[in-house]
Amino acid sequence: MTKRNKLSLTVVAIVLLALPWMIQASYYKDIIIMTLMWITLASSWNLLGGYAGQVSLGHTLFFGVGAYSAGLMAHHFGVSPWWGLLLGPVMAVIIGTPIGLICFRLRGPYFTLSLLALGEIFRLVALNWESLTNGAVGILTMRTWPGVKEPYYYIMLAITALCIYTCYRLMRSKFGYYFLAIREDQDAAEGLGIPTTKYKLYALIPSALFTGLAGAFYMNYHGFIEPDIVFGLIHISVMIVLCVMMGGAGTLGGPALGAVIYYVLNELLRVPLGAASRLVFGVIVCLVIMFLPNGIVGEMSRSGRLRGLFRRRKPSYTGGE
Amino acid sequence: MTLFGQTVVSGLLLGGIYALIAIGMTLIMGVMKIINLAHGALIMVSMYIAWVLFNVWGIDPYLSMFVVMPILFGIGFLIQRYMIQRVYGVETILPQSQLLLTLGIVMVLTEVIRAIFKSDYYTVRTSYSTSTFFLGDISVSIPMAIGFGIAMALVAALHIFLSRTDLGRSIRATAQDRDAARYMGVNSVRITAITYGLGAALAAAGGVLFLPMFYLWPDICPMFTIKAFIITVLGGMGSTVGALSGGLILGIAESLGATYWAMGYRDVVGLIIFILVLLFLPYGFKSLIKR
Repeated sequence: MTKRNKLSLTVVAIVLLALPWMIQASYYKDIIIMTLMWITLASSWNLLGGYAGQVSLGHTLFFGVGAYSAGLMAHHFGVSPWWGLLLGPVMAVIIGTPIGLICFRLRGPYFTLSLLALGEIFRLVALNWESLTNGAVGILTMRTWPGVKEPYYYIMLAITALCIYTCYRLMRSKFGYYFLAIREDQDAAEGLGIPTTKYKLYALIPSALFTGLAGAFYMNYHGFIEPDIVFGLIHISVMIVLCVMMGGAGTLGGPALGAVIYYVLNELLRVPLGAASRLVFGVIVCLVIMFLPNGIVGEMSRSGRLRGLFRRRKPSYTGGE
Repeated sequence: MTLFGQTVVSGLLLGGIYALIAIGMTLIMGVMKIINLAHGALIMVSMYIAWVLFNVWGIDPYLSMFVVMPILFGIGFLIQRYMIQRVYGVETILPQSQLLLTLGIVMVLTEVIRAIFKSDYYTVRTSYSTSTFFLGDISVSIPMAIGFGIAMALVAALHIFLSRTDLGRSIRATAQDRDAARYMGVNSVRITAITYGLGAALAAAGGVLFLPMFYLWPDICPMFTIKAFIITVLGGMGSTVGALSGGLILGIAESLGATYWAMGYRDVVGLIIFILVLLFLPYGFKSLIKR
């Protein structure tokens, strides 16, 4: 890491740590906390989808499992939902591992569809298994700090930082190069002696872990979950993928940028557009996929400007960010 | 026994309409080699158009098909020609950019509809919506029976179109081998856009036939998309007959699941069959017959 990078990282860290004191309105703090959660979701999806190339439309499953782990502990045993921060990611990994081992046999769009189907199965089961999950009524817990945002902000900031740091370290290691090799050409990677299913699983585990962690945090922060929210196909799975596509799959900063654009735009447009506040984001994402197919960060990182806008490019691949 | 017969008959009738929307997806899958995740959104848009036609001008849903299908053909043609086609062949970090673009299209269509109609539930109440007739002991819902009949007629018409006309043959040629078709003078870009439009028009027909039976709200689209790709995979990708049988199988399986397991789990049945088929019968049910 160069000296300049270190300096800018320190400045960013100080600004992030001081942020709750610079902003008074609780509403803006809420936006920042939720944006951080979306950054975590998008970054952890990016590990499996962007780097290892396994496009998953079922990440809502890990999110929901994390959220329900926290919620059910509180609902059935009366313990604090904060234990979910431990149990949630563990459950997400425990459920994710067999799913990965089975579904990694499928390639490309069929992997995508199988995870989409699994996510829906989890939603429908959570909706119908009322004795366990309380069904569509959902689970309500008391928030630990009602009306106070700062503790939630610091917890979410820590989770986000840990997630991005994990991505960074993984992509600097042998794992990262294996992931990229699998994404670029699975058969060639296999031919070079990379056990592809195993390494795809190594990408899935941290991805599921952080998604589950974000889910458990969501339960604690909002105090209310129901199957259609935390297991939502469009609201979670699809939005994560679109955030990553907006920023740039397979880059470190892309998912974060996409998540910020998504959540901030969503909140800005909530008043003029009402329930349809994601419309503008949807339009922008379509335009980005059409004209900047590698996402905003993905196109900028290669040439310093948005080349894709002006002409079509020959095949080119980015390495690990 | 009556219960079983009742279950199978209603499953069969529903499955016929499922088959119609799945055939649209199969066509697109065959020519473009992508799963069109926007299929459900196109169905949802067509249902809203039919709903408006019914509520504003009082046009019967079955008649409004003649208006809705051309409109959706146009929408589909434009979406493919000016959006998805742009991404075709562009090398990107993730090779699935066409698939992901269809997700973006879902988002836009859903939110446009939500902006216009809000998230409210709508229904179309025609005079025959709840009427039934009896076949022996088995009661048959009239909208489902009409829907099944129209769906089968459209499937037959499509089959004749694909096998007898020039355009249909061009579509099949492009699906078989895009490059070879181009050498034979097929304008593959135009054919692809027409195919997508045709798929959207079939989706529209399905949507209109579903209208008297379903509640209508903007988030209905994933349900239809999922059913369509389940059937596409069940039937073995890219075959019309496969999609037809897949649709009937899914309809009956769901209906059996609803009767003998639980109403809430009817959609789970289809999803579990889907994953099992993907894992163990990657060429769909037809690989069972061949052996």
